[in-house]
Amino acid sequence: MTMADPLPLAAAVAERASAPRLHALRRHRAVLALAGLVTAALAAFAWALTAGALPVSGDAVLAALVGAGGSMEADIVRTLRLPRAVAAFACGGLLALAGALMQVLLRNPLADPYVLGISGGAAVGALGAILAGLGGGWIDASAAIGALGATLLVFGLAHGDGSWTQTRLLLTGVIVAAGCGAAVALMLSLAPEGRVKGMLFWLMGDASSATRPWPALLLLVLGLVAVLPFARELNLLTRGEVTARALGVRVGRLRGLVYGLGSLLTAVAVTTIGSVGFVGLIVPHLVRLAIGNDQRLLLPAATLAGGVLLTVADTAARTVVAPIQLPVGVLTALIGVPVFLFLLARHPR
Amino acid sequence: MKMDARPPVLGADALHVSVGRRDVCRALDFTLQPADTLVILGRNGAGKSTLLHTLAGLRAPAGGAVLLSGQPYAAWPRGHEACLRGLLAQSQPDFFSATVLETALVGRHPYLGRWDWEGPEDEAIAMAALEQMGLAGFAERQVPTLSGGERQRLAIAALLVQQPRLYLLDEPLAHLDLHHQIQVLEHFAMLAAGGAGVAMVLHDINLAARYASHVLLLDGEGGHAFGRAAEILTAPRLSAAFGHPLRAVQDGDAMLFVPC
Repeated sequence: MTMADPLPLAAAVAERASAPRLHALRRHRAVLALAGLVTAALAAFAWALTAGALPVSGDAVLAALVGAGGSMEADIVRTLRLPRAVAAFACGGLLALAGALMQVLLRNPLADPYVLGISGGAAVGALGAILAGLGGGWIDASAAIGALGATLLVFGLAHGDGSWTQTRLLLTGVIVAAGCGAAVALMLSLAPEGRVKGMLFWLMGDASSATRPWPALLLLVLGLVAVLPFARELNLLTRGEVTARALGVRVGRLRGLVYGLGSLLTAVAVTTIGSVGFVGLIVPHLVRLAIGNDQRLLLPAATLAGGVLLTVADTAARTVVAPIQLPVGVLTALIGVPVFLFLLARHPR
Repeated sequence: MKMDARPPVLGADALHVSVGRRDVCRALDFTLQPADTLVILGRNGAGKSTLLHTLAGLRAPAGGAVLLSGQPYAAWPRGHEACLRGLLAQSQPDFFSATVLETALVGRHPYLGRWDWEGPEDEAIAMAALEQMGLAGFAERQVPTLSGGERQRLAIAALLVQQPRLYLLDEPLAHLDLHHQIQVLEHFAMLAAGGAGVAMVLHDINLAARYASHVLLLDGEGGHAFGRAAEILTAPRLSAAFGHPLRAVQDGDAMLFVPC
């Protein structure tokens, strides 16, 4: 049996004289956008490594990176600025990618990586550890356990009756997040004076304590590689579940993948750097406005843009009112709120 | 009816479809040959969409089997069924903006490999389908800027891009004005004449009488009547199925049904 019956559409296609080029044009624009974002990422790293209380020249930074020279400058670049910049870039990318995935999964433009309660769970874990007087690695481990717990709780509850609708998932996540918020407020009010500042810094997001940023960067690369093969199917999912299934997408499996991956990315970001707000919400929207909603471009572009934004915000956070260090989460929100309001006003949807 | 060596486009074998505890149809048997147009009629909530989704292989039947081009869905290689049958869903959600061309191109998904991008041929197919649905100048427009009827025609264009052998249409005339209703039905009549099979849910009995070769009438309680259109479309049967009296009016060769 032949698959292609002689359908009138084929004749209509053959009749078309001019070769269509719209798609090629758009792809050209997209390649330009990605190249621009890579350039911006390099520039952000250059700023992050050179700027600070002790300005380091570009040559000295390069020398430090290739391992030459044991000067104090090289030491600062290698042990302080580079881990911090990598942590900020990786977590910005993780949050933006997770946010873009959650927006498709929940088919809700207002979704962000935290909407399903992951950051709430992590905050409860981390603040619990700080409250108990534990330090360093324990806080990270406890945050990871909290994030995992919230993920499983939301998934289990939303999956309860087998129907896995976006509304049910969203509502469950919002309720769990609200519960976590109450627990966080309770811990803050019970905490002794000396520990409250550390807790607040964790809540607002802070890259200064990120000494082991490489797992986050590795996960960012792996996550992007894992999701890109499914990007066209994600495009179809935005057209509605029935249509996606009729076109051959295994929607249940795809949703599970997106949910699991989005949760993992968010959990690692929150564990590494704390609950940095707005990157996961703003960046996918900004990128969508610039290059459209094709997930095959949106996902890598949002990842790069998120990394750039957080690297820049973190460098600004430690330099603009030096020697005081601002929490990076405050800066992303300060940048994010007006940008988002502007976008909403411009694009009434 | 012309003879055709190919297998029937669609078949139902003792098909039993139910929603919860309510039956949509029991022991439904029919075959849809190439060039046949089946119209499914029934009152609100009779389960027309559920039946259509079952026929599309998206929902497991409570009993019996659905045969697509002679084989159950499970027997087709995964993904290949999307090259054989297309479904026009009842609602077209647009949570995110996309261009008209991008939306039409989703119909090419079954033909592309995991890493493939749409090429010039895919774009030519999508542009031709947009043209056929009267959306030629709309390729670069954003979907949210379209009217309801334009979005419906865009959804139909995306289905045409899919180029299946079997078209399953859930209320294809929703939001369409009179002119476009006829244009869309004429288009599917042309596709059927070219060897495709069409099964659609309609609410307009007179358009069903004009375009259907076969009619499946659901009574909403699990019973059904299936047969050639002239056989099923009678005032007593329709009055009973819709729970509203109708009378038949002869108009030349055609029969019109008017609610009393």
